[in-house]
Amino acid sequence: MRDLLGDMVSCLKVEDLQIRSKGKALLDVRSLVLDGPGPTLILGPNGAGKSLLLRCLHGLISPDRGQVIQDGKLLGAEQKARQAMVFQQPVLLRRSVASNLDFVLKRQGLGRPARRARIAELLTEGGLDGKARQPARSLSGGEAQRLAILRALALEPETLFLDEPTSALDPGATQVIERMVLRASSRGVRIVMVTHDIGQARRLASDVVMMQGGHVVEHGAAKQVLDAPESDASHRYLAGGLVT
Amino acid sequence: MQGFASEFSAAVALIFEGDSELWAIVLLSLKVSVFAVLISALIGMPVGAALAVARFPGRRMLIVLMNALMGFPPVVVGLLVYLMLSRSGPLGVLELLYTPTAMIIAQVVLVTPIVAALTRQVVEMLAEEYSEQLRSLGVSRLASVPVLLWDARLALVTALLAGFGRAIAEVGAVIIVGGNINHVTRVMTTTIALETSKGNLALALALGAILIGIAIAVNAMVSAVSLRAEQEGLRHA
Repeated sequence: MRDLLGDMVSCLKVEDLQIRSKGKALLDVRSLVLDGPGPTLILGPNGAGKSLLLRCLHGLISPDRGQVIQDGKLLGAEQKARQAMVFQQPVLLRRSVASNLDFVLKRQGLGRPARRARIAELLTEGGLDGKARQPARSLSGGEAQRLAILRALALEPETLFLDEPTSALDPGATQVIERMVLRASSRGVRIVMVTHDIGQARRLASDVVMMQGGHVVEHGAAKQVLDAPESDASHRYLAGGLVT
Repeated sequence: MQGFASEFSAAVALIFEGDSELWAIVLLSLKVSVFAVLISALIGMPVGAALAVARFPGRRMLIVLMNALMGFPPVVVGLLVYLMLSRSGPLGVLELLYTPTAMIIAQVVLVTPIVAALTRQVVEMLAEEYSEQLRSLGVSRLASVPVLLWDARLALVTALLAGFGRAIAEVGAVIIVGGNINHVTRVMTTTIALETSKGNLALALALGAILIGIAIAVNAMVSAVSLRAEQEGLRHA
């Protein structure tokens, strides 16, 4: 299934991407191509530039140099509209659960009956049936993150970025989120996800990007990077050593 | 002491016997202040929200000016509105001086900076939280204004109630532009001032009690709205 989807999944390329602050390069990625069929997981210590890279790929931050290319085209409004992002702390609108989804669907120009049907579908997918009228802010951490993912999926993105979506969740809630991510991936959504959880990378990743000090130190098939890393930095990080 | 007691009982009688003059004054006060607050909301909320999300040179100075206008002396506002509306003023042709409309205009000038400044503060904090998410969802800065206003609705109700509290208790500006004309522009505060100076303490006391009642009701509503916002996790301040 994954191989069949390989050609359908959108391709992301990074060329000579650089973000500097006070004379220091916070992000310096010479070349990175994300074109595999399954989820890409980005690993690395705090301050490695993982979240910064994600924001650049999604166009939330403009790099000082370099470019992001999606499906052969420079990242612009049209490309951004085909992406969605889920943040570490889910930012939910101060409305009901259903209204959070409706907000996105309305912007897509769907009529009321279509929106209602789609909201019901999404709530079932996220296991949030019966919570449609509940204020979104009163959801538990896991439910809130599920809603944030559902809202992102309501955009029907070709690429979904997730920035440590399970970092504050217990194993049960994490498992539910992981299932949602894998389901989206199997439907052909390119998943690019930042995590600190090596176990999660083993469970989800098709390929792994290892970062350190703003650089990509290694990128390859998950099994290869996680089991037989080539760089010292990857080796130390995966072994649980302190990497700065 | 006996005099005070008799004035007090006369005041209570005025309230509960439905004295038509007293309730006409209360009604006019409420009408003027409610209209003023509604107009202030229409002007102040979009201006405050725009200042919260827009970035342009001089923005910081505008915010300082708006905050300063919150403490603008009402008598000075009254004087300025009087000059605008007086026969020789730029808007004299409209013949609005000494009408309830003139009083509404004066209150709008007083209340709009309060609504705008509080809106700016509330929306700016919310915008900080929502900024990346809204951009990620493809919502432009301009399109984010109604989203932020709606999501800050409970905090904004508090701002409107604060504006109403200021308007209903105001005396300096409305007495200058309204003239305190019996059955035309006489509101609670101006009547209290006039009747006290005339020694008619019963009417002044009755109106004072109603004004205090309104102030307590407004504060109770502010507390209820804030509590509900906190309970629903809707408050961010």
